[in-house]
Amino acid sequence: MTRIFLFILLLAAALPARAQDPFLSALPGLGGGFGAQAEAVERLGALGDPRAIPLLRALGDGRLLRRADGTLLVRDGATLTEAATGTTAEAGTPEPARININNRVRVALRGALGRLQLVSPDPAERLTAAEGVLRSRSAENVPLLEAALARETVPRIRSRMELALGASRLVATDPDAKRAGIATLGASASPEARSVLLEARAQNPDLLPEIEAAVAAIDRRLAIRRGVETVFQGLSLGSVLLLAALGLAITFGVMGVINMAHGEFVMLGAYTTFVVQEICRGIPWLLPWSLPLSIPAAFLVTALAGGAMERGLIRHLYGRPLETLLLTFGVGMMIQQAVRLGFGAQNREVLSPSWMQGTILLPMDIPLTQNRLWILLFSLVVLGLVVLAIRFTRFGLEMRAVTQRRAIASSMGIRTGRVDALTFAFGSGIAGIAGVALSQIDNVSPNLGTGYIIDSFLVVVFGGVGSLAGTLVGAMGLGLVNKLLEPWAGAVLAKVFVLVAAMIFIQRRPRGLFAQKGRAAEA
Amino acid sequence: MSVTALRAPAPSRLRLGLRAVLVAAVLVLAAFPLLNTLPEAHPLHVSDFLVSVTGKWICYAILALSLDLAWGYAGILSLGHGAFFALGGYAMGMHLMRLIGPRGVYGHPVLPDFMVFLGYRELPWYWLGFDNFAFAMLMVLAVPGLLAFLLGWLCFRSRITGVYLSIITQAMTYALMLAFFRNDMGFGGNNGFTDFKELLGMPLNTSFARGALFYASLISLVGCYLLCRWIAGTKYGRVLTAIRDAENRVRFLGYSVTQHKLFAFVLSAMMAGWAGALYVPQVGIINPGEFSPGNSIEAVVWVAVGGRGTLVGAILGAFSVNGLKTWLTSAAPDLWLFVLGGLFVLVTLFLPRGLIGLFQGRAK
Repeated sequence: MTRIFLFILLLAAALPARAQDPFLSALPGLGGGFGAQAEAVERLGALGDPRAIPLLRALGDGRLLRRADGTLLVRDGATLTEAATGTTAEAGTPEPARININNRVRVALRGALGRLQLVSPDPAERLTAAEGVLRSRSAENVPLLEAALARETVPRIRSRMELALGASRLVATDPDAKRAGIATLGASASPEARSVLLEARAQNPDLLPEIEAAVAAIDRRLAIRRGVETVFQGLSLGSVLLLAALGLAITFGVMGVINMAHGEFVMLGAYTTFVVQEICRGIPWLLPWSLPLSIPAAFLVTALAGGAMERGLIRHLYGRPLETLLLTFGVGMMIQQAVRLGFGAQNREVLSPSWMQGTILLPMDIPLTQNRLWILLFSLVVLGLVVLAIRFTRFGLEMRAVTQRRAIASSMGIRTGRVDALTFAFGSGIAGIAGVALSQIDNVSPNLGTGYIIDSFLVVVFGGVGSLAGTLVGAMGLGLVNKLLEPWAGAVLAKVFVLVAAMIFIQRRPRGLFAQKGRAAEA
Repeated sequence: MSVTALRAPAPSRLRLGLRAVLVAAVLVLAAFPLLNTLPEAHPLHVSDFLVSVTGKWICYAILALSLDLAWGYAGILSLGHGAFFALGGYAMGMHLMRLIGPRGVYGHPVLPDFMVFLGYRELPWYWLGFDNFAFAMLMVLAVPGLLAFLLGWLCFRSRITGVYLSIITQAMTYALMLAFFRNDMGFGGNNGFTDFKELLGMPLNTSFARGALFYASLISLVGCYLLCRWIAGTKYGRVLTAIRDAENRVRFLGYSVTQHKLFAFVLSAMMAGWAGALYVPQVGIINPGEFSPGNSIEAVVWVAVGGRGTLVGAILGAFSVNGLKTWLTSAAPDLWLFVLGGLFVLVTLFLPRGLIGLFQGRAK
């Protein structure tokens, strides 16, 4: 980057330096005879200067013109530009002549353009060029690749170029160059570099120790990468479980109400996201904000649904947990069917805003999907807010008072019924927020929630009923264990193992990891 | 937990009347396969559809009965009873698959079609012996029983009760469903077992076989009902009910709560497995969908609607809810889930003692 910048600075400030610029000195050759043209094309190709790309293309398409004084022009539709400076130009008189080429020049052009694309301003072109050079694997490309690498800034393309450079050096005749190639490849963390090295073993018996060491280094890095990836996937799954289980930790953990419709509230949240997005479609400037807007909307919708359910149905069944379980299951069934009839059984598409798309590449080529990263952060923020709300607000205080000693809280003037409804609405609202997050990574369909409900219950039970810290540890632990088991057991079997393990764990610690002690445990 | 009065001190008029209705109902059901043989124009003719559908309901009624024993008497709300039902069904399915023999599509003398398809060389060890009817029937009872024993022993021992137990049983059936969906489990994966040919030498697609299976199911239902009723009347049954209502008090009185509950749970699982085994040859297919938690919870609703802790109520619930389902899923398929969900709400809020409670309420 700095190099290009310096280049332009030099160019602008020092016209007298024109003679020393190899790009400019190669230009006149393009207007000469076929021999001189081919030579100039070769020279421009070898320079690795991106300014040559439009010129060479124009030459290939017959759009390069020559004035009588020998200076060159590029015709692009109706506009003409000066070949040397890139500024717009007048045709002038006499009419500039079109420069013709022959097959020899054409072959030279193809080669030069292929190599020049390594420095093309378009990242996609650079990437294809790097892939091409990697496939062709020729020692001649080494200087070009070195030049291109020096100015490359995109990590993904850099790593491909490094790989190509290493592979190209490896086919050189000079053993020192080969060693450099092995070192370049050995410094990467790519399975392809590994296979290139393994292939090279047969041709280079004398370099065997270096190659083996390089392969071992790559293996080490690959192992680390796999580890980091697994941990990230585990944490990502954990964050999803955390979001789904947080609301449950409040309704089940704090209130002791078992809500089998919790998964349906999550699903309602996801559908609210969809509806908000459809409304925002009508107002174009609002569309990028539809996801942030969905968060309060989903909270409100599900909190209202939850509050209504508590006041209308659940409060009649306090102290009868099994009946509550059946009742909420029935309500969940009806919500699911209502959504299925209202929105159809097929998946609804919720778009991701641009800032959530794409992948971040950590060192060693470790990919992190942005939307999962956002959800991880989001889940922690939500957890933090819930903890703050319970600790530091009047509502949180009343909620804790009612769950600890209902009668005394009531005699202190707290309207326990209202607190019950609000607590339940709060927990349900968080389920709705979880739905917003899930809409980004899962199919928005009527049975979205069913897949999470059992896992969420396990998280709450695992972490210890009534403990938010336990919910965090339970969710992350369950997510990690799931993903750690997956590579050698398969996704389904890993899930089965986790369920069995959770059952056995509940045997040992029936009150969870973070069991409440003292009076609260007796209640 | 609400306490349901189990037995009146002496057989009242209501009880006698109920008993007469029961016997009559059994007799009417027993006449179905015979009436099926009448010519179609005859006013008393019972269609093939009605015979097969009532045969299915009878199996459901046995499942409901087994759940009532666990939930209504021992207070164990199992949300995974469908798993025991499905396991029994799978054991029966394995036997039926072995009986297909060389008549499969691939014509392999021993291996079922799906195994040939998946490239199995020989029968997995756990399929050995299933060609023998007696062994298969033993497994129909033993596999669900063993699973119930393990799960129950682990849970009851560490005093896991109430909703925790319910969630664990639900997780169990969910885990089993995931496992059975896998192809390399050796149980036909997604598709399960189907294309059965014969059982005990009789081809399955004849009306004779339908009738035979129908009677087997009906006899099983009556047998299971009598067994449960007898158990409920013994001292053991009384202790079980006491555990349901006040587990800790019974424990402090010196009874082994774990053993009492374990026996009821295992027996209940075996009954569910037996029901599954009768169900599979009648519907002609068994697949992992039978393990889905929704099935188990539907069985809970049968018992709740009929009235739990009454045995007759479970049977009544199974018939009435399934009758409603069969009618609604053809008349208004979209409505069925609303009705089912509504039944949960209605029964828990307004009919805690179920349909039987209605009769009892009127009698008082």
